[in-house]
Amino acid sequence: MRSASRTIAPIAGFVALTAVVLVLPAFVTDFRAQQFAYVGIYTIALIGLNVLTGYTGQISLGHGAFMAIGGYTTALLMAGNAQFGQSGLLGIGGGMKDIWTIPIAGLVAGVAGFLFGLPALRLSGLYLALATFAIAVATPAVIKNFEEFTGGGSGINLFGLPALTASISPAHVAGFELNFNNYLYYLAWAVALGLYVVAWLLLRGRTGRAFRAVRDSETAAVSSGVSLARYKTLAFGVSAAYAGVAGSLFAIATTFVNPDTFPIALSIFLLVGVVVGGLGSLLGPIVGAVFIQFMPLWAQQVSKSPGAPAVVYGVVVILLMFVLPTGASGLLRRAGLLASRGYDRVR
Amino acid sequence: MQQVVSGLASGGIYGSLALALVLIHRATGVINFAQGEMATFSTYIAWSLTTNHGWSYWPAFVVTLVVSFLGGAALHQSIIRPVEGGSVVRVVIVTIGLLLALNGLITWIWSGEVRAVESPFPSDTMSIAGVTVSWQDIGTIIVSLSTVGLLWVLFQFTKLGLAMRAAATNPAEARLVGVRVTSMLAIGWGLAALLGAVAGLLAAPSLFLDPTMMQAVLIYSFAAAVLGGIDSPVGAVVGGLIIGVGLNLLGTYVDFVGSDLRLPAALLVILVVLLVRPQGLFGKPEVKRV
Repeated sequence: MRSASRTIAPIAGFVALTAVVLVLPAFVTDFRAQQFAYVGIYTIALIGLNVLTGYTGQISLGHGAFMAIGGYTTALLMAGNAQFGQSGLLGIGGGMKDIWTIPIAGLVAGVAGFLFGLPALRLSGLYLALATFAIAVATPAVIKNFEEFTGGGSGINLFGLPALTASISPAHVAGFELNFNNYLYYLAWAVALGLYVVAWLLLRGRTGRAFRAVRDSETAAVSSGVSLARYKTLAFGVSAAYAGVAGSLFAIATTFVNPDTFPIALSIFLLVGVVVGGLGSLLGPIVGAVFIQFMPLWAQQVSKSPGAPAVVYGVVVILLMFVLPTGASGLLRRAGLLASRGYDRVR
Repeated sequence: MQQVVSGLASGGIYGSLALALVLIHRATGVINFAQGEMATFSTYIAWSLTTNHGWSYWPAFVVTLVVSFLGGAALHQSIIRPVEGGSVVRVVIVTIGLLLALNGLITWIWSGEVRAVESPFPSDTMSIAGVTVSWQDIGTIIVSLSTVGLLWVLFQFTKLGLAMRAAATNPAEARLVGVRVTSMLAIGWGLAALLGAVAGLLAAPSLFLDPTMMQAVLIYSFAAAVLGGIDSPVGAVVGGLIIGVGLNLLGTYVDFVGSDLRLPAALLVILVVLLVRPQGLFGKPEVKRV
């Protein structure tokens, strides 16, 4: 009974979520739809980061870098670059339709994450936070420096490619005509929901148990036969692949990439988002993504004088850590626990 | 040779800030991502005292250090203590929140304009054994190293220093023998803030003062602290000097690095050290018990 309810509840939740996602654009303005598209994109990145930080216990302050890898992969595949032109790098760059670049971007970032996971095996806790932070800080400078490959500071423009994306002419999907914002919204959320299921399947079985074992005690995990090297690098690879997909969608949504598209602040906000949403839960990423997208806007409504929104943002983050040590999903879980206890008592 | 001296000067600044990071890491096991912003904040206080209120430099310097010390201790008591001892990621997020809030606060109070800060040292140069060095560099080296020296004396030769070391190494037993651990940790944060203020004040004349002034310096200091061993105060200072001189030479003589890739170069140092010798040059390897 218990194990059945553990399967049914997430599925019911997922169906409800899908329904909300489907009908939401009918009730909000075009501009809001675009904002919610970004929520979808952040959700993808946070699901990935949650696999790494929430389930496997490895802190990463560098996921913006993996998003950058994904974003640049998409940009290069769509627009080519100055050196190789439209004919493209290795014969594949340039001229590819936007949605086909998404899986490739995920794959490239995933391989990068896997490779980074190898040296990261030797680091844990704060040291890993520092090393990944180093990568996030270095990324914009490195991108700027390889100018002939990445377009340097001026970046790569995707806006003027009407055949490849929906930025100018509306997209036609299954008989519906979608303007750019709705196109982005449905694209981002379709990918997000799909990857949500993948993460759920990955985490509910043997692999998920191994991840949690690594998080709770590395020594105990090793002595129970869990290979640290295998699962830590796997977690890094998976989570970087998610970030790469998010970065790819981000590039499609902004129709433009340059070094400042993926600043250090992005990496920081991602970690803040995943912790605020709640680590080690599958609901957390959505809450975290809403926080990342809307918190800066709310902060600006409080006060518009320069600097003040950042103060509000910082103070809110600190206060949230005080009152919600386990994030928003932890709060829900505790509420659920209390409710079920009350129910038991009544019964 | 001239590059080495100016490298030593920036190395002194990195070393001071790295030492601040090490102090906090030893005392509370936290890496304080807001250390750079705290230092910038202190520097603005000094700038405001000298420029807007007509103080002369050294009184403003001393008052700034006192205010920074109290501010650092207060920050520990108010926002770090509640999350101490919990999961690492919570503390990291709190210091990041502090970083964002302080950065915003600086812009809010003093605006984001770039300000020139007067230097307490003569602006001309002098020549020692054929090498031209600026007074600014010499002064920076002297002030940063003597601050570090004073702290070393405090830690090694005073009762307070002994109590602070005890509180950092083994809080439970220190409490048993009557050390007021919480106050000691607060003093540790205060001293770290004070060191940051020294670093910020020394860096300001050459970097110019703006809300993001210390962010790059903080990265170099991370590199210095990691290089020297994140638990070793001596290592932090030596690491700072090595990074300062090394980056200066690298930026001057290796064309590929130039000034753009200095930051990634420092980060490469972090990565390589963490991989090859995670305990740093002077640190002790970490032993974990189950």
